[in-house]
Amino acid sequence: MAEEEEKEVTLLGTWSSPFVLRVKWALRIKGVEYNYVEEDLRNKSPLLLQHNPVHKKVPVLVHKGRAIAESSVILHYIDEVWPLRPLLPHHPYEKAMARFWCKFEADKLSPPLWRVLTTRAEEQREAQASSIESLGLLENELEGKKFFGGQTIGLVDVWLGALAYIIPIYEEITGLKLVDQSKLPRLCGWMEEFLSSPAVEGTLPPKDMLLPRYAAMREAFLAKAKGPAQQ
Amino acid sequence: MAEAEQVKVLRSWLSPWSFKVELALKLKGVPHEKVEEDLANKSPLLLASNPIHKKIPVLLHNGKAIPESGIILEYIDETWTNNPILPKAPYERSMARFWSRFIDDKCVGACWMSCWTEGETQQMFMEQARASLRILDDELGERKFFGGESIGLVDISACFLSLWFGVLQEVAGISLINGEEFPNLCRWIEGFVATDAVTECLPPRDELLATFQSKKQAILATKSMVY
Repeated sequence: MAEEEEKEVTLLGTWSSPFVLRVKWALRIKGVEYNYVEEDLRNKSPLLLQHNPVHKKVPVLVHKGRAIAESSVILHYIDEVWPLRPLLPHHPYEKAMARFWCKFEADKLSPPLWRVLTTRAEEQREAQASSIESLGLLENELEGKKFFGGQTIGLVDVWLGALAYIIPIYEEITGLKLVDQSKLPRLCGWMEEFLSSPAVEGTLPPKDMLLPRYAAMREAFLAKAKGPAQQ
Repeated sequence: MAEAEQVKVLRSWLSPWSFKVELALKLKGVPHEKVEEDLANKSPLLLASNPIHKKIPVLLHNGKAIPESGIILEYIDETWTNNPILPKAPYERSMARFWSRFIDDKCVGACWMSCWTEGETQQMFMEQARASLRILDDELGERKFFGGESIGLVDISACFLSLWFGVLQEVAGISLINGEEFPNLCRWIEGFVATDAVTECLPPRDELLATFQSKKQAILATKSMVY
């Protein structure tokens, strides 16, 4: 397709996906121009099915005709192909620590946060406690630093960044507090810094579209859950 | 450049995850001390080295602790640059990382659960496992290893499918990876376990089998991979 070939880089994504946003932020930090293709996941395009036949998911980065899928794999690829303004630190140990915190988010923060959104009562309270415990570890990690990457945005900031706008939405929908300024002041500060940074400004999905979307997910999951829970 | 070394691996002889780390160090000729952990009675060293997850494996290199086997493998490849386990070019590196993740996320769990469930649940897990293994078998094709002529990151990540899953299938009385459905994977398993470095790192099959048989009831109750 002529349009795709004009720029070397194409990103297949959806407007609401935080995984896609990670890739957009990385490309923006690196100053890489790209074509963006909005996918309808209920009606996946031949392009998506061709470029990510295994998972059929977004994001997919296509560079010089070759496709890379999975946001963590894509972020490493971007950092290696465009090495200026590195996302990963230089030293292997610091690299390992950055990867550790990304995995930590996926294993220990994302799942309980999702349960905060999609459950109620006892299960939800446990999920809230679990989320706050994990957020506390991130709070400690920010000591003496503006960003997780130090003075500038790095891989961990890009990886965690969506939480900065998603957590307030979850709090609004559920009425539960997750990031309490008095308890997690560094994290609060980080959320503000990240959201107002040049890489991120103007990229966020509109809150008036995102909030109803997450609220609808909550309703759908609660409706599916077996039996009424006691409030 | 490698620093003057003090390399330890906190590990368990049973664990395919600590095997991955030991194999990578072996392939690069890095001398290291193996510290056997009793997972029912974790050492102060383990708890101090991996306070968040309290799990093995942990690599200790000149006093610094690196947990999580996938992260350790990348660290090893970046620190000891001989006999690379990841390709050089970014696209090929991405493919290696992609397939490693595929094995971790889509193969290992489904294969494990196929062994410890029954009835319809077991059928569901076996179908999931088959679908993923089919994709993996296709991806391997006629190649000797996922890494080409030599063992690479994906081969190391797939180690569970070799010795461990063979033993687990025997304990569970199922046959999932067979030569008819997965000819490439079966050929890969044979080639992998016969490689010198791998043979030197693998736990003895009969001891692994006896241990899983003795732990069968306990694992059936929890289905947990931490045993």
